[in-house]
Amino acid sequence: MTASAAVPVLRVVDLSLRYLTRGGEVKAVQDVNFELAQGEALGLVGESGCGKTSVANCLMRLLPDNAQLVAGQVFLDGQDILPLSEDQIREYRWQRIAMVFQAAMNALDPVYKVGQQVVEAIEAHGVEPTLSLARERVAGLFRMVGLDPALMDRYPHEFSGGMRQRAVIAMALACDPRVIIADEPTTALDVIVQDRILRELKGIQQRLHMAIIYISHDIAVVAEVTDRIGVMYAGRLVEYGPTAAVFRAPLHPYTAALMGSFPSIAGEKRVLANLSGEPPNLIDPPSGCPFHPRCLHATDVCRQEIPPRVERGDQWADCWHPLEAAPALEPADNGGT
Amino acid sequence: MEANQPHTPPAAAEGLVSVSGLTRQFPVGRSLFRRATSFIHAVDDVSFQLNAGDSLGLVGESGCGKTTVGKLLVKLLEPTSGRITYRLPGLDGAAGQENAPLEASAIIGRQLRTFRRQVQMIFQDPYESMNPRRTIYDTIAEPLAVQGMGTVLDRVDMVSEILMLVGLTPPATFLFRHPHELSGGQRQRVAIARALVVEPAFVVADEPTSMLDVSSRTGIMNLMQQLAHGLGIAYLYVTHDLAVARYMCHRIAVMYLGKIVELAETEELLRNPLHPYTRALLSAVPVPNPEYRREPPSIVGDLTAPIDPPERCRFFDRCPLATHYCRDNPHPAFEEKAPGHWVACYEV
Amino acid sequence: MITPPNFPPPGSASDPPVVEVGHSRLRLLIARTRLALHSFRAGWSIFMESRIGVLSLVIIGVFAIMAVAHPILMLTIWDAETYDPVTGYAFDQVDQPSAPSWRHPLGTDPLGRDVLSQLLWSTRSEFVLGITAALVTVAIATTVGAVSAYYGGLVDVFFMRLADLIIALPGISLLIVLSALFKLNLFYLALVIGILGGFGGTAIILKSQALSIKVKPYIEAARVAGGGHFHIIFVHIIPNLLPLSLLYMMFTVTSAIFAEAVLSFLGLLDLRMSWGIMIHTANTGGYLMGGTRYWWLVVPAGASITLLCSAFYLGGRALDEVVNPRLRRRHD
Repeated sequence: MTASAAVPVLRVVDLSLRYLTRGGEVKAVQDVNFELAQGEALGLVGESGCGKTSVANCLMRLLPDNAQLVAGQVFLDGQDILPLSEDQIREYRWQRIAMVFQAAMNALDPVYKVGQQVVEAIEAHGVEPTLSLARERVAGLFRMVGLDPALMDRYPHEFSGGMRQRAVIAMALACDPRVIIADEPTTALDVIVQDRILRELKGIQQRLHMAIIYISHDIAVVAEVTDRIGVMYAGRLVEYGPTAAVFRAPLHPYTAALMGSFPSIAGEKRVLANLSGEPPNLIDPPSGCPFHPRCLHATDVCRQEIPPRVERGDQWADCWHPLEAAPALEPADNGGT
Repeated sequence: MEANQPHTPPAAAEGLVSVSGLTRQFPVGRSLFRRATSFIHAVDDVSFQLNAGDSLGLVGESGCGKTTVGKLLVKLLEPTSGRITYRLPGLDGAAGQENAPLEASAIIGRQLRTFRRQVQMIFQDPYESMNPRRTIYDTIAEPLAVQGMGTVLDRVDMVSEILMLVGLTPPATFLFRHPHELSGGQRQRVAIARALVVEPAFVVADEPTSMLDVSSRTGIMNLMQQLAHGLGIAYLYVTHDLAVARYMCHRIAVMYLGKIVELAETEELLRNPLHPYTRALLSAVPVPNPEYRREPPSIVGDLTAPIDPPERCRFFDRCPLATHYCRDNPHPAFEEKAPGHWVACYEV
Repeated sequence: MITPPNFPPPGSASDPPVVEVGHSRLRLLIARTRLALHSFRAGWSIFMESRIGVLSLVIIGVFAIMAVAHPILMLTIWDAETYDPVTGYAFDQVDQPSAPSWRHPLGTDPLGRDVLSQLLWSTRSEFVLGITAALVTVAIATTVGAVSAYYGGLVDVFFMRLADLIIALPGISLLIVLSALFKLNLFYLALVIGILGGFGGTAIILKSQALSIKVKPYIEAARVAGGGHFHIIFVHIIPNLLPLSLLYMMFTVTSAIFAEAVLSFLGLLDLRMSWGIMIHTANTGGYLMGGTRYWWLVVPAGASITLLCSAFYLGGRALDEVVNPRLRRRHD
């Protein structure tokens, strides 16, 4: 199947998810819509508890028992995967859509050799007919992520943090997925290792023409590796658009606040904006625009009614008072000495 | 050995905190019946000085010894060798004169209690740095209570006051809550309150924002700066994040495997990094601007643990500039290459 | 007294509103009491959710009523001559032991004493024994665990090897030997069981827990605050050990009651009356051979031992759920 860039490999329509808890229903994801074309990199950013990881878990159909899908469809290659049975979904998971987990140490079983774990993933999905072919494939994957294939027969504890993260990436790539979800892939790593892993991942994505979703709270990482960015707040996608456009001129005050509060080593030293308050309780989210209690521009209409969608080119935001197209960031000091 | 000469000439110890030749090693594989033969050189011959109201960022990757330096400075650890000299209000010097420099090893007994009032620490993990069974009041009042400062009622007032100062208002709603009822940002405010309630002159902050969400992180950074500035507190800010250090500190020291490799004014260090490791570190930091293009850091190999490292430059194995000279000579001396800009490298 | 510091107003934030804080000791006390009540209620609701927890509580409650009932009955409707558990004699019965009757609901024993009275009287001593042993165990184990985790080194080695030694000793056999050498009354028995438990396995368990508490950053924070060893052990380590200690208290009660029953059955204890002695009396009279014919001599005491032991054990398991959040069903 050859999908042109116009045909999205992944389409999420009106996705809403709740968690049933003792305290009440947590409205973790609400009316999330986005598309991902082949070869495209999307970043989902937001504070913790904003629903980023819940969206990822929906896409992987890895939901805890108390999760309840309220509405929505997730089309992977044109097939809605949400109604599929557990057996059917297994064909999709890892072969069409795979995940690079946040905590690499937890994703690897400490009692098995790293290579063996990837081989098993391949065998479980019947991608390679024989063991030796599977091992050969894993060696290839190791080379691809920058690991020495000789390390296949080592145990996870013999790996450094960066090597483990690479192994987890190799595992995600094992069955040639069309979409990869990277949930905070470099959060626990030091900057130099983070930089290498991100470059590696970016290179692989471009070479294999894969679609990738980066989930991160670190907007600097997302700025560098993605083509599109979705900003989530209180379970909703509040702004979405080409990364460059969103960073140049965010529409939503939340996006602007998030960016304004992020320190940078490049450019002039700005005063960091205080984003006061806490994210809302999703059991009883605020009426109207969920961001209104923390928003500097909030008016009565924001408190009462769900904000409309405002568009500017490819970029959109749900806001009553979208920001003007003023530069949010000073031009970066690109020629840094 | 330095430790045998507690009298420091006053001229040499002008600063609030002066560190010279500070070294701390941790034994590897020691047991009851076996002496350790290997040592992790966590901190190796580190020297710097901090003046009143000053702020120094200690930046490096995990395992570089930056937290160990912090713990040595608050006397949670004792140095293997080298010395730390304090010049703190209320702390009498070795000869008994007031406000004279005093060496860390001489701080015992009554002096230690004064020291604990003057030197405080803010910990990294807001979830683990508070006893879950104690209320916010208990937590913040702990330094007051163990040092017998004020009566219970005075302490309630002092804690309320500091709660307001760190932005937890109204204090009455926070006093008798437990840490788990607060968000990460609020807990870190409590941690700051606990450190500042005794009005210290010097605070070590060990990555206080690294476990917080983006939004609460800025709040904590701004709060710390305001309070430190307003109260004239000097602080050592330990972090792995150069961007955070840039916003928090006047000066930045970059550590690599137990050694400080470069120290300079913040903007000077960012604009004109001299040490190849600093350069690599700087070029690896992602920038929140999609139009900014970074060069990949020119550094090879992986970070290792400094277990019995060879005498030569610690960065030799990964250095793009390494020469035979670097290989055959001991670790380069820490030299002032430009005014206020210290570097330990043969090649710059 | 330290005057509150003159803090300059924070730069960008507007001045915080001045809030009046209660100045009375009473309000401080009320706030603390309310807190304690609150956390008790939270724990209680989790405990009550577990069925075995409720069941165990009901059983323990019934036995507590039985223990209280004995002195009341003796003061009101039971005359000492007939109903004293040790010296009484049922003159109204011809044959001893006599089967349950209206006047003697559980019959009489071979010496003509009322079985119900014996049962009720013993309940009280079982509680005293169990709880004393448990308190001794926990007091020792908590201190030993905390101290040996905190100081480490030789202190730790000494206490842990001691614990290994005690674990290696067969408990009941040791008690048999001890009871042969000394006259063990209830109190000494409780003390011996408590000491064996306290320096034994419970100390190891509490020490491992204390080790995980010792490395928490809040211990370092307490040191930076100026807290000494004593402060850290008693304010930070032990309070965090207490939930687990409480749990092992429950288990110790079980083992103490059981040990008493065994020793009394063998006739090795210097006690007036106990459930074990009741069975011992029946046994020495040869009534255990008669099948179920003289059931009232054995069943009440045997069932009481079983029920009370399991109630404390199950209560401990339910408490485990309160104490150990990992066992708790997630609800957040």
